[in-house]
Amino acid sequence: MSETVQTASLPRSSSSVMGFVRSYGIWVAAFALIFILPRIFTSGFALTAMSLMGITIIFSLSYNMLLGQAGMLSFGHAVYYGLGGFLAVHAMNAIASKGIAVPLPVIPLIGGITGLIFGIIFGSVSTRRGGTAFAMISLGLAELVASCALILRSFFGGEEGITTNRTKLLRLFDLNFGPQYQVYYLIAFWCLICVIAMYALTRTPFGRMCNAVRENFERSEFVGYNPQLIRFIAFCLAGFFAGIAGSLAAINFEIVNSSYVGAVQSGQVLLAAFIGGVGSFIGPVLGAVLVTYLQLTLSDITEVWQLYFGLLFVGMVMFAPFGMAGILMLHAPLLRAGTLWRLLPYYVIAFVPTLIMLTGFCLLIELTVHVMVKASDGPMMSFLRVTFDSHSFAPWAVSAALIATGYGLLRLIWPRVESAWNDAMSLARQRGGVA
Amino acid sequence: MLELVLVSTLNGVLYGMLLFLMASGLTLIFSMMGVLNFAHASFYMLGAFFGFQISKYAGFWTGLILAPPLAGVIGALVERYGLRNVHKHGHVAELLFTFGLAFVMEEVVQIIWGKLPLDYRIPAALDFSGFTIFSTNYPAYKMFMLLTAIGIFIVLLLILTRTRVGLIIQASLTHPHMVGALGHNVPRIFMMVFGFGCALAAVAGVIAGPALVTQSNMAALLGPILFVVVVIGGLGSLSGAFVASLLIGLLQTFAIAVNLSIADVFGYFGVHTNPVPFLSDIWRVTVAQVGPILPYLLLVLVLIFRPTGLMGTRDT
Repeated sequence: MSETVQTASLPRSSSSVMGFVRSYGIWVAAFALIFILPRIFTSGFALTAMSLMGITIIFSLSYNMLLGQAGMLSFGHAVYYGLGGFLAVHAMNAIASKGIAVPLPVIPLIGGITGLIFGIIFGSVSTRRGGTAFAMISLGLAELVASCALILRSFFGGEEGITTNRTKLLRLFDLNFGPQYQVYYLIAFWCLICVIAMYALTRTPFGRMCNAVRENFERSEFVGYNPQLIRFIAFCLAGFFAGIAGSLAAINFEIVNSSYVGAVQSGQVLLAAFIGGVGSFIGPVLGAVLVTYLQLTLSDITEVWQLYFGLLFVGMVMFAPFGMAGILMLHAPLLRAGTLWRLLPYYVIAFVPTLIMLTGFCLLIELTVHVMVKASDGPMMSFLRVTFDSHSFAPWAVSAALIATGYGLLRLIWPRVESAWNDAMSLARQRGGVA
Repeated sequence: MLELVLVSTLNGVLYGMLLFLMASGLTLIFSMMGVLNFAHASFYMLGAFFGFQISKYAGFWTGLILAPPLAGVIGALVERYGLRNVHKHGHVAELLFTFGLAFVMEEVVQIIWGKLPLDYRIPAALDFSGFTIFSTNYPAYKMFMLLTAIGIFIVLLLILTRTRVGLIIQASLTHPHMVGALGHNVPRIFMMVFGFGCALAAVAGVIAGPALVTQSNMAALLGPILFVVVVIGGLGSLSGAFVASLLIGLLQTFAIAVNLSIADVFGYFGVHTNPVPFLSDIWRVTVAQVGPILPYLLLVLVLIFRPTGLMGTRDT
């Protein structure tokens, strides 16, 4: 009897180490990563980019609490982000002028509580209804706040916004948060805390009930929960984390203006969360990193980067509704069963015509932009470091040829990729990698 | 005072009818497919820009006739090759698709026509003052807009209630499967209605373009108001959309005419106080200044006291 207990407990003790690594290893790795990253990418641009990514990660994860977890499509999430930012700036100015002993690192909490309070106020109105009605109400509330931001000048500072100075607060451990790397660590610290908190929330019964409300409103009512209350709580908590993100942005830029609460900001977080993938927890993190990076770099390459952005979004909605994370998740069972390598050559082959087609599209867009918008620059333009005359026939023909060739080849190759996918999937099923 | 009320009423009804031109298409599309077309205001914008482009070569009237069908065809194509594919992913994906589409359409319009307002003129045949109320000259073009909008409204009503096509559309609103079983091509009806709704929005764009400003942000400015109208009226209710359009139209035009603030009201009763700095804005801001936010305030009020909207019956 005692022997069986011992033999049973032995593997358990060894698996508890594995279990610890499996369940917490990723957080330890994340902690190490955000600590090491500024040592690897030391340039000023990288530091700024990583700070922005941290803010956007919190913001898009908080958005995913609504769209991904609880199934509420909001077009006005920037309201809580922006109001959190405004309150944080007013608090910082008040603290600095009155000499109150509050250090900078706790300021995001003020923004978070602001977001929470406004989440409670607006949530009590808007979460009574779900689906399309909720989306429209969130849009109306966002417009209400955005218009107020231009009318109530002494609080929102009108067009030019309100500035602050993050170095004037109480100093702890001789940190004045003047240099960007100190701000980066502050953002990274809050980012890690928020990500852990939001992940933990998805593991609680509340998080599970959010998913239940998303999947089937009526059935979750039958289980004995009040689904409206669950939506309301999720909304308030999303407001809380958005407020933290907003106040971190206010600390980072030392300025807030009416664009913080605007429709563009709301749209961007929706784009980031959706492109990353709203079906999984990691998706919005991926989306936040990618979208922030693209925003910072694409605007240098092309004037119409927002068009590419919109097209990417529309393409994602049409062909990959679960985003980048969704595409990756599709391959997880193949990876587990070890059949992914069979697929890779086909992906490489399919990648070439896709690239040809996309190059053709980009050339077409850039040509149009050059002829329509930048007519004053003269007919010469350059694309991929090749300079040519945009008014001549050749570049248009090249772009049409690229699109046609890419599309034709893709049509030829795609059935093979599909059959390779099916083979790999059925092999994985035989090996038991697919549940 | 009477003059102000009369002119504001006329302007309000005009603005309301323009809103209804768009809201009617939006409501029809919503009740049929359950998708709120976020890009609906973009088709209004497209109508104005197409109208402008055609009027440069062939005059205003050709633009008025050609631009709406053009926008309608684009709308039908969007439904056929975009929305119909997204449909299998659910309503959220459909709404997001139209959201992205609105984004892309604004960018494309900016590339082709630029960001600055266009010089879209009122046709010379209508560029005179129609009649005079007291001392205000009311432009003939505004009367033309009003009559066009009312005319389309009546035609739409007749088509929906008196013709065979209208009966099929009404039937597919409530019983799409039965209509399909009777041998009608329901997806094609959806495509036609989507295109027709977009064409209606484009009509509003062509006639509003010269009177208001034709600019690439006109969709973003009008879109939210349009959704407010549809939600206040009750999602999917055509008569509700009509009432709400007029309500919002009148509300906004009357608000612009009232130059009164809370401080004035209290001053009238002999109370003069200066509240704390943060509240002083609320204290001094005039009704005319808060005009743009009144529709959204109304939206919140309606949602608190009547969550289904004024005439809505179903809870989505």
